[in-house]
Amino acid sequence: MNPFGLRIAVPRGVMMGETLDALDRVGVDTREVRENDRKLLFDDAGIVTMRPSDVPTYVESGAADIGVTGKDVLMEQRTRDVVELADLGFGPCRMVLDSIAGDADPAEEALRRLGVMRVATKYVTIATRYLEATGRQAEIVKVNGSVELAPLTGMVDAIVDLTATGTTLRENGLVIREEIAASTARLIANPATHRLRADAVDRLREALVAG
Amino acid sequence: MTLPIPSGTRDVLPDEMRERHGVVAALRDVFTSHGYGEVATPAVEYASVLERAGVAAGAGAADPRFRSVDEHGETLVLRSDMTVPIARLVSARFSDAPLPIRLSYQAHCYRSIVPGRGQSREVLQAGIELVGAGAPDGTAEALTVLVGALQAVGLDDARVAVGDASIFPELLAGAGVDDARRAAILHELSTRDLVGLEREVRAACDEGTAAMLLHLASRRGGPELLDALEDPRAVAATEGVRQIVDGVDEDVRSRLILDLGLTLKLGYYTGAVFEVYAPGQGHAIGGGGRYDDLLGRFGRSLPAVGFALDVDALHTALVGKSRGSWRVGRPAPAPGLGAVSTPDAPTEVPS
Repeated sequence: MNPFGLRIAVPRGVMMGETLDALDRVGVDTREVRENDRKLLFDDAGIVTMRPSDVPTYVESGAADIGVTGKDVLMEQRTRDVVELADLGFGPCRMVLDSIAGDADPAEEALRRLGVMRVATKYVTIATRYLEATGRQAEIVKVNGSVELAPLTGMVDAIVDLTATGTTLRENGLVIREEIAASTARLIANPATHRLRADAVDRLREALVAG
Repeated sequence: MTLPIPSGTRDVLPDEMRERHGVVAALRDVFTSHGYGEVATPAVEYASVLERAGVAAGAGAADPRFRSVDEHGETLVLRSDMTVPIARLVSARFSDAPLPIRLSYQAHCYRSIVPGRGQSREVLQAGIELVGAGAPDGTAEALTVLVGALQAVGLDDARVAVGDASIFPELLAGAGVDDARRAAILHELSTRDLVGLEREVRAACDEGTAAMLLHLASRRGGPELLDALEDPRAVAATEGVRQIVDGVDEDVRSRLILDLGLTLKLGYYTGAVFEVYAPGQGHAIGGGGRYDDLLGRFGRSLPAVGFALDVDALHTALVGKSRGSWRVGRPAPAPGLGAVSTPDAPTEVPS
């Protein structure tokens, strides 16, 4: 177990490297995690690894005490009962609404002519809430990957998706029409752990924030 | 043949039922020994009566989600907690009873769930309501009964987080924060988003006030954290919490975790709020608090305080210690269900 005595949920994917670097700096030995790509549970380091979108699930249930995931994941799973402790700053990206490049925005056109726009996304909650809040009627189409394909095939008028550099969008002939939210990595804790083990949680939080 | 039952509900079989009776009997003995009389109310109530409690739609667990219409076109709802029905009961049936009024209950309550989270639509709650006893004495009594109940079922390592729903509203009003910003800050606090809280607080307050509020929101621990508060505004706002700590005996005090940022999503809490946690359980297994304005909406203005424990969550916490060990191979420190007993009437629970 790590010096904090807390089981830490580490997100696989783009945030994994920086999360492990941050944990190394505060005295959690992550070598075994780096050396084993397939293993998921590391008892000596007190680390479990999973997809970023599963981190709130494990932390909410108490199967992990504390975890790192993106603000986008927390926004999408907004009813999860977890404590959002700190903005870790890394993994910056934006939740944006995109459509095919050109003078007339196809999404606005659809809204004007048909009264409704079709929007593909992996983030159904975020897209639904944003379009409702901005007073537009939308039909949300849930897709699980390569969201950029949806407007190119004519299935939808626009997409809501996460972008870091915008390269994939440009290469597929899409442009950003609206920015919905900015996202960075967040440190989250189980509410019971947050109270029952307040000292350990605060020590880890302060060490991570201090970098 | 597979005959489904609704998601979020379950059948209870004889083995578990025996253990559950053990838990309920232990709780009932504690409530009775403190002078609480058990009551039952109908599972269905008029929506118009419960709406007097001022629980807004979508405000959380206390908003009844199961509705139906009776022969006269009146909307009926399945109760979502027992606090509001007991407030109605006290106003209707105890309108000139001597104070305080001590009532207890064991009752099923009905809620909406988020699919895929293992939540229950039907929750068996056991709890008390103490009506006509204000802060701090009434609050101290409720906490004493609560800690006694946890010990009686064998959850010696359970802890009660104690906060005060009036701390932040009072401090924000004192700092001259306008209503919209105040609502935004209280929203971040109740959804436990400390990043959003910092953003909202810094936007609404001067630097010194913001630092004081953010410090306060993150304080959790023993009574010593009250002594460490320096800002006179924070000291004044937490006076209620200090009185609770001073009002309970050492045994109860050792099981409290003060949490100065704790608020609950239910709108009717006005002062002290509680959440019960047990090691190995990721969720609160009970909760409660002061609701000094609620009874007035039903006709007899009285201060009140109460708590409810989730009986199945208590049971899971008891067996969970051993069950958790076969699940993940951790050693089990648990005394197990044999510990379900009361000091004066031991109830052996067959396991």
